[in-house]
Amino acid sequence: MSGAVRTSAGRQLRTSAGRRLGALGRAELALLGRNRGAVVTALLVPLALPFTVRGAYARLDLKAHGASAGIAMLTAAIGFSFLFAVYTALVGAFVARREERVLKRLRTGELSDAEILTGTALPAVGLGLAQVLVLSVGCALLLHTGPPKAPWLILPGLLSGLVVSAALAAVTASFTRTTESAQVTALPLLLVSMLGSGITVPAAALPDRIASLCALLPLSPAIRLVEAGWTGRSSGPGTLAALATALAWAVVAVFAVRRWFRWEPRR
Amino acid sequence: MDIDGHERVIEVTGLTRVYGGGSGGFEAVRGISFSVARGEIFALLGTNGAGKTSTVELLEGLAAPTGGEIRVLGHDPYRERAAVRPRTGVMLQEGGFPAELTVAETARMWAGCTSGARPAAEALARVGLGDRLGVRVKQLSGGERRRLDLALALLGDPEVLFLDEPTTGLDAEGRRDTWELVRALRDAGTTVLLTTHYLEEAEGLADRLAILHTGRIAAAGTPAEVTAGRPGRMSFHLPEGYHLGDLPPLAALGVCGHEHEGRTVRLHTTDPQRTAAGVLAWADRTGLRLPALDVRSASLEEAFLGIAGHDSGLGQGVAA
Repeated sequence: MSGAVRTSAGRQLRTSAGRRLGALGRAELALLGRNRGAVVTALLVPLALPFTVRGAYARLDLKAHGASAGIAMLTAAIGFSFLFAVYTALVGAFVARREERVLKRLRTGELSDAEILTGTALPAVGLGLAQVLVLSVGCALLLHTGPPKAPWLILPGLLSGLVVSAALAAVTASFTRTTESAQVTALPLLLVSMLGSGITVPAAALPDRIASLCALLPLSPAIRLVEAGWTGRSSGPGTLAALATALAWAVVAVFAVRRWFRWEPRR
Repeated sequence: MDIDGHERVIEVTGLTRVYGGGSGGFEAVRGISFSVARGEIFALLGTNGAGKTSTVELLEGLAAPTGGEIRVLGHDPYRERAAVRPRTGVMLQEGGFPAELTVAETARMWAGCTSGARPAAEALARVGLGDRLGVRVKQLSGGERRRLDLALALLGDPEVLFLDEPTTGLDAEGRRDTWELVRALRDAGTTVLLTTHYLEEAEGLADRLAILHTGRIAAAGTPAEVTAGRPGRMSFHLPEGYHLGDLPPLAALGVCGHEHEGRTVRLHTTDPQRTAAGVLAWADRTGLRLPALDVRSASLEEAFLGIAGHDSGLGQGVAA
């Protein structure tokens, strides 16, 4: 009968959102581990790329801005984590699951749409977070950045970076037809963020007017908060502006996903 | 409850679905109504493009209908998703599982998302995949994937099961096994709505069916009701030197139409027994043997051909 409570051994009763997210995230983690290209990109790029910009940083007068080459490289590495471990990895994952009709199949079950996207994103976000933590400890020890001077700014910085990267990945996937074309559709945010959000070019090195515009880019608030957390140079209004900008991007991304996200391949 | 006291588990009223929106949109479902009672197997039969999948996706709650109303277990399956999903099982027409996961991992994932899920190993053994647990989905045959999909649709012992072309791509044995399983589920009280383009699947499995044609229901009822009043058929090869005119007067034998292509004669008859007796008596008197002799009473095939025309492309027998 319809309302019967199941008591037989081995049966699970009603699922919870946490259980469903765990089940989906675990499967997605296994898939991430089997996608060698994505793993290499996610793990190596954030570790290797910062060294390519080291020379450029060395010529900048970072000390005058209260920064150091070590902190600039750490910030760059964390930015690359957002972009490659989370953003590009997830654009590929969302598109692949859609084209395999996995998203459509999941929607026939008990997961809500938000749970499907969150569960799919969990492993990449977790990997990004783990990477950021390793980078932070590594840089503190090897590049003598010392401990962060305002650690309470780092948490909202990391959180907003991870959330905005994952949400924009879903937006990008909405406009991406195949996993191959994801390499093209992901480029604009990659380039804009690297140049304008303080990842390869420190925000302090930009002219003031351009810098204030660039502060509105999606990943700028996250980078700015993380950097301020290490240098300790922050102002109340600046921090609030960064948090508001990050929140605005998250809201825009959620709206765009609700409006444009495609759950199944085009017919 | 309807007047017979049977609970209507699925109720569809005036359902329409238009793709693309606007006046230039494609109208895939054009105002269909039907209901399915608890414990019934209901088949939507039709050619490719008839609107079967468009309809079943709306019943599953994957999209909102353009017009009309759907009730599944008393709820709107699209707007009241959380109320309906724990009680339904769905098998899509194709795909739906990551290629790189193993069978066991896929089942474990699905079990974690399903209320009242059976142990995954038990559900997989039920469809004969018990020895394929460690195999990646991409290495499964098409038939094995269909069975994996079926196993997961059944994982939570759903009250209502939606099967979109469940046996397409299966071999003859796999189809029979699936039919057995679906009948067993029905006998245990599960309501099953399936789509198929196999006539014998609809005829042999469904308690009731609807024939969909260009987005409308062209005929509906039990297989016997749908075929009632349709002509039966007799066909044979007429030996060299004989013509249709040599046969006894056809109208007197109950024949209501005939075709003569090459040597093959096909008679449509309202009374197959009288037609066969008359033609065979004539052959005996004339000393003829009629090769490729075939007599059949009205079947869904006749009903279907009458509706969809001869170039229907409808599958019969083993999968194409």
